[in-house]
Amino acid sequence: MDIQSCVEVCNEWDIVSARQLGRNMAKELGFGNVDQARITTAISELARNIYLYAGSGKICLEPVEQMGRKGLRIIAVDNGPGIRDIRKVMEDGYTTSGGLGAGLPGVKRLMDEFTIDSTIDSGTEILATKWLR
Amino acid sequence: MNAAIIDMILNKRTEIDGLWSDEIDEYKSTTSAITPYMREQLNKEFLSLLFSHISQGDISEDGTLKRFFDKVLRANMPLEYLTQGLQSFRRIVLEIITEEDIQKDAAFEIYRQVDRWMDPILNSVVENSSRLWERTVSIQKSALLELSAPLIPVFQHISVMPLIGTIDTERAKLIMENLLEGVIQYRSQVVLIDITGVPVVDTMVAHHIIQAADAVRLLGSTCILVGIRPEIAQTIVSLGIDLSLFPTKSTLQKGMAKALEVTNQQIVNEK
Repeated sequence: MDIQSCVEVCNEWDIVSARQLGRNMAKELGFGNVDQARITTAISELARNIYLYAGSGKICLEPVEQMGRKGLRIIAVDNGPGIRDIRKVMEDGYTTSGGLGAGLPGVKRLMDEFTIDSTIDSGTEILATKWLR
Repeated sequence: MNAAIIDMILNKRTEIDGLWSDEIDEYKSTTSAITPYMREQLNKEFLSLLFSHISQGDISEDGTLKRFFDKVLRANMPLEYLTQGLQSFRRIVLEIITEEDIQKDAAFEIYRQVDRWMDPILNSVVENSSRLWERTVSIQKSALLELSAPLIPVFQHISVMPLIGTIDTERAKLIMENLLEGVIQYRSQVVLIDITGVPVVDTMVAHHIIQAADAVRLLGSTCILVGIRPEIAQTIVSLGIDLSLFPTKSTLQKGMAKALEVTNQQIVNEK
C-alpha cells in the first residue's frame, strides 16, 4: 500500500482514470466522503492543467506518514513550458485559457499542504498533501 | 517461399507439430473462459492453417486466416496467443531446418524466406486486433453520447436535464446544444439541471455549467442547478466558484417546487 501509483496524463480520459485512482486510494486510507471529494477534485484540477497547458505529464499518488499522521500526497509532474509568474497563477480569477482561473488557488485551499516548483521551458512539479484527521 | 524449403518444412510436419503444441501449452497465463477441449481444437486449426498457408501459397487472399484471427479475438483470447503462436512457430521451424547440415548461405536464405513469409501474417494479426478494438471503442463512444444529455419536458414550461457521469469537453458542448435547442423547442421557462450523478465538479465542469446557464438566461429562461451533494458544495466553495448568478437547490424535488412557483403553476390534489 505504501507504493506510489502513477497515471500518465495525455488526454481527457486519463484525467478520469487519475481521479478514480485517487478516489480509491483515499477510500482505502480512510478519508471521509468530503475529503474524498476534495482529493478527487484536486487531482482533477491538476490533471487538467497538465492536459491543457503541458500536453502530457503524470500524476503520482502516494500514501505518506509523518509524526504519526497519515495522509495522501499528490505529485503532478510535467515537462511543459513552465509557469512564468507563480504569484499570478495563485491569484483567484487569473486565467490564460478563458477558464474560471480558480484551479491552482482552489487546489491549495482543498488540500492541507501545497508546494509548486516551476522552471521556464523545463516543466512544473506540484506537491499537494491531504492529512487524515 | 521456394519449393525446396516448403518441402523441407512439410517433411518435418509431425516434429514441428509436437514441439509447437508443447510450447503453446506452456503459454496458458491469461487464457480466460475457454475449455481445454476448445483450446486443443483451436491449436489444431491454427497449426493446420499455417501449414496450408505454407503449402498452398498465400491463402490470406481469400480471408481464411483473417477469419480465424477474428474468431480467436472474438472468443476473448488474448492477442498474445496469436503472436506467441506465430513466433514460436517460426522459431521451431528455423531450429528444425537448420539442425540439418546446410551451408551458411542456404541457411541465411531460409531465414530470409521464412521471415518474409511470416511478417505479413504477424502484421495482419496486429492490424486485425487493433481494428477490432477501434471499432469497439468507437461504438462505445457513440453509445455514451446517445445517453449523454437528454432534455426532458416534464410540465408545461418546465424541463429537466439530468447529468450522469463525467463531463468532458465533448459532452459539455453537447449539453449546451441540447439545452438551448430544447429550451426553444419545448418553450421552457425553467430548466432544472440535475448534477446528482456527476462524480466530480471541478472548475472546468462548473465553468461549463455557468456558461450553459448564462446562455439559457439570454434566451429569457431560468436555470436552476439541483442535486448538489454536501461534499460537492464544500469543494465548490473551496475552489471559490461563484454560482450566485442562478438559483441552486439540493434536490430535484425542491427545484421542481421552485420551478412551479416561478411558472405560477400548482400541483393540486383532486378529491
